[in-house]
Amino acid sequence: MIGMERSVYMDYAATTPVDERVVDAMLPYMSEHYGNPSSLYTLGREGYRALEAARESIAATIGAAPNEFIFTGCGTESDNAAVVCISQVVAERKNRRHVVVSAFEHHAVLRTAEWLAKNDFELTVLKPREDGIIHAEDLAGVVRDDTGLVSVMAANNEIGTIQPLKDLADVAHAKGALFHTDAVQALGKIPFDVNDLGIDAASFSAHKMYGPKGVGGLYLRKNTPFRPLLMGGGQEFKKRSGTQNVAGAVAFAKALELMIETHAEEAERLTRLRDRVADGVTGTIVNTRLNASGSPRLPGYSNLIILGCEGEAMLLQLDNKGIAVSTGSACSSSSLEPSHVLLSIGCPVEEAHGSLRVTLGRFTTDEDVEYFLEVLPPIVERLRSMNPLYDRMYGSGVKA
Amino acid sequence: MYSEKVMEHFNNPHNVGVIEDADGVGEVGNPVCGDVMKITIKVADDTVTDIKFQTLGCGAAIATSSIITEMARGMTLVKAAAISKKDVAEELGGLPPAKMHCSVLATDGLKMAIDDYLVKNGREPIGGPLLTNEPDFDPHAETKEEACDL
Repeated sequence: MIGMERSVYMDYAATTPVDERVVDAMLPYMSEHYGNPSSLYTLGREGYRALEAARESIAATIGAAPNEFIFTGCGTESDNAAVVCISQVVAERKNRRHVVVSAFEHHAVLRTAEWLAKNDFELTVLKPREDGIIHAEDLAGVVRDDTGLVSVMAANNEIGTIQPLKDLADVAHAKGALFHTDAVQALGKIPFDVNDLGIDAASFSAHKMYGPKGVGGLYLRKNTPFRPLLMGGGQEFKKRSGTQNVAGAVAFAKALELMIETHAEEAERLTRLRDRVADGVTGTIVNTRLNASGSPRLPGYSNLIILGCEGEAMLLQLDNKGIAVSTGSACSSSSLEPSHVLLSIGCPVEEAHGSLRVTLGRFTTDEDVEYFLEVLPPIVERLRSMNPLYDRMYGSGVKA
Repeated sequence: MYSEKVMEHFNNPHNVGVIEDADGVGEVGNPVCGDVMKITIKVADDTVTDIKFQTLGCGAAIATSSIITEMARGMTLVKAAAISKKDVAEELGGLPPAKMHCSVLATDGLKMAIDDYLVKNGREPIGGPLLTNEPDFDPHAETKEEACDL
């Protein structure tokens, strides 16, 4: 790679490296204790015990009973199962065919909700306000007596804003609707107790918190209407068939345990580093801003707009310098659409093209952040000098 | 995703800038799309003697601008106006299907600059209609065959 002086990963929202301690915890379940948990002999029972210990640990952390937590293959599967399967059963039993989701949900919720809308359901997609928050009053304006399910994510993956889940769940319940939350980004980073919040279902994913890819979780409150997405051998309390990924389950539990252990110091450290990134960029480069700056955000998450620069071009230039970040620009997405999240909070399309999402994590150091702040301004200056419209639209100059 | 040649032209683009006393100027795209290209040319004896570009856009947008200025330099106006998006993509060693529309922007920009020169000098334009202005121009066109119908 051209001029790569160091390797700095700042896309923890996309995925995370598996922590060494998680690898150590899961390794024995690959080739040593590899039994199928449904098998009756010793090897199988070992697998069963490890699986159930993992389940108990995770359930206890989120305030759930063990049989209210099932392992899935990924966060997307959990979202699909929650949105489709809960909605369909509620529709059959109670004739509630209205579903509400937020406009900035992950596509795993949005696409699934859109599929329901094409299959005899009515869908309302509720926009957040410009502060990146779904407000309870706004939700109250769209939840109806025939709403079966409301789904709002716990924390948004692009802008990091933390949603007022308890208030939103209350609004849903007041009309007899169920409340699901995609907590994939939130689990382990902010307090999450299913009873404190009053939620009926939640989706989780291990690879966002230093666990492996390929294992997710789904919380379903007791008696929540549901039918399995995956049918077959009846594993996971008949809610998710398929031989369980014991190694993955053990890894998930260990990863969550580590998150909780260091939660307080990490939250403080990452908030400090995150603010250094945001203040550093907006303070030294003119015509930049931080999205949803006034709202509570996940520690470590910043979504910045750099006017007059295109996101993919910035991303590739940063990559040349060993820095990994992501962008909401249309050019960088396979659909050629700009970030639906940024559009939902009222960001003009041309500005969404200039967005950078910088998300820090466990292995981010102070030096990494300073390196990023050193590398970005010359990149921005160069790209702006190549932009035929920059002077016309924003006036010249890079420095604040 | 990008070929080596595309990355080369993105990292070290050729002919960046503006010709102050240009004979022809072409500007295409718009910030809402996220791609804007401005091409300026100097002409003598119906030949492109100098050419520069400025681009707001992704890696492919910058690379296609850079390569088309390399290709057009020294060409007659007729030849330059006939450069197709396939020619541009080939010179770059190929572009991902989703990025082919960037090469349309480059060819349109050049055609506009050439026609600007011709029209300013009381002559007939030769570039033909700009593809990006066609009502059915669809940047997603190249990816449609691969799309899965839900």
